[in-house]
Amino acid sequence: MIYLQLFLTFLKIGVVSFGGGYGMIAMIRESVLANGWMAEEELMNFIAVAESTPGPIAVNMATFIGSVQGGVGGALIATIGVVLPSFIIILVLAALFKNLLKYEGVRAGLDGVRPAIVGLILATALAMLLSVLFGVSVAEDRLSFDGNVALILAVLATAALFVPMFGKKQGRFLNERKQKLSVSPIAIILISGLMGVLLY
Amino acid sequence: MNWMKKTGVVLKKIPKLFWTMFKIGLFTFGGGYAMIALLENELVSRKKWLKHGEFMDMVAIAESTPGPVAVNAATYVGYQMAGVLGALLSTIAVCIPSFAIIFAISLFFNTFLEISVIAAAFQGIRVGVVFLILTAGLKLFKKLPKTVFNFIVLFTTLACMLFFGLFAIDFTSVFYILISAALGVCVYLIGLLHKRRRERK
Repeated sequence: MIYLQLFLTFLKIGVVSFGGGYGMIAMIRESVLANGWMAEEELMNFIAVAESTPGPIAVNMATFIGSVQGGVGGALIATIGVVLPSFIIILVLAALFKNLLKYEGVRAGLDGVRPAIVGLILATALAMLLSVLFGVSVAEDRLSFDGNVALILAVLATAALFVPMFGKKQGRFLNERKQKLSVSPIAIILISGLMGVLLY
Repeated sequence: MNWMKKTGVVLKKIPKLFWTMFKIGLFTFGGGYAMIALLENELVSRKKWLKHGEFMDMVAIAESTPGPVAVNAATYVGYQMAGVLGALLSTIAVCIPSFAIIFAISLFFNTFLEISVIAAAFQGIRVGVVFLILTAGLKLFKKLPKTVFNFIVLFTTLACMLFFGLFAIDFTSVFYILISAALGVCVYLIGLLHKRRRERK
């Protein structure tokens, strides 16, 4: 039953996805690969689409995967699944336990999760890096180095390193100090897409 | 008749709330943090629905609970403005634009990828995606307080996840989160116990 599977998978993702969109990508990658819903490459294509369209990455990913697996119904069910846990949690917090987050014990639990999230995101990035740069996704795979990938990474890293030197922009909030200029995700996707066309 | 008047006021707010959240869903590129700026502009500066302090409380709640920041914020603001119905409609409104856009894209995405130039572009873009995730992780790492606890949890999670992935061992990342939350609480309780004992002496 694909609908039930989609709903439960995204419900689970919705419950444990702390730390915004990128924390969720770790979880989504794992579930999608485990269920055999798509290959690593397809998933990366989707992440690029989810990044360059408006809306929360998690909702975009749920809609996309749901739609590919089960049409309109699948898209709807996956999206509801991913949103439902936050909806309920926020409602309960706003209505009943306004002070829950002020208890030190609760804070300690939430603070404990943070390093794990950072670990998950970095591990996902490194696993993806191994896969695109060396073609290794499980230990038995043969190592093969892709020079074009290395070149694209080098260009992006150079851009990310040098752009902040060219100035500052106004912070998000009025009382926030000015932030260094940075390369936006969309710019990174455009640059890497352009290089893909030139190199492949 | 006070409650009727109140209900009337709340109901009047709902279409505005729905439209505001819809706009926010439509114009937030690049995840939750861009959305916070837009929300502040709409809700605090222009509409004056929330005070700055209330807004910052809301951001703290939206960030420290699971789920997309945008959805969390919409639910919270909707509830504050117009109760459960407001929360439900705001959440739906903030999701509709992404849902519609992504659903439309998903219908022709595979055909689109068959064009050879596009396929080449996406081969490059996949590298860009890896770069994005890596820099997002590094940014969060920089912000993390540099404590022994954080380092241990972070590198254990990182090493385990990479190892289990490479050797195809089934271990869901939900466990990392549950275990680290429990560890956080344990460390806190041990610290509390220590403090009490010292005070008694």
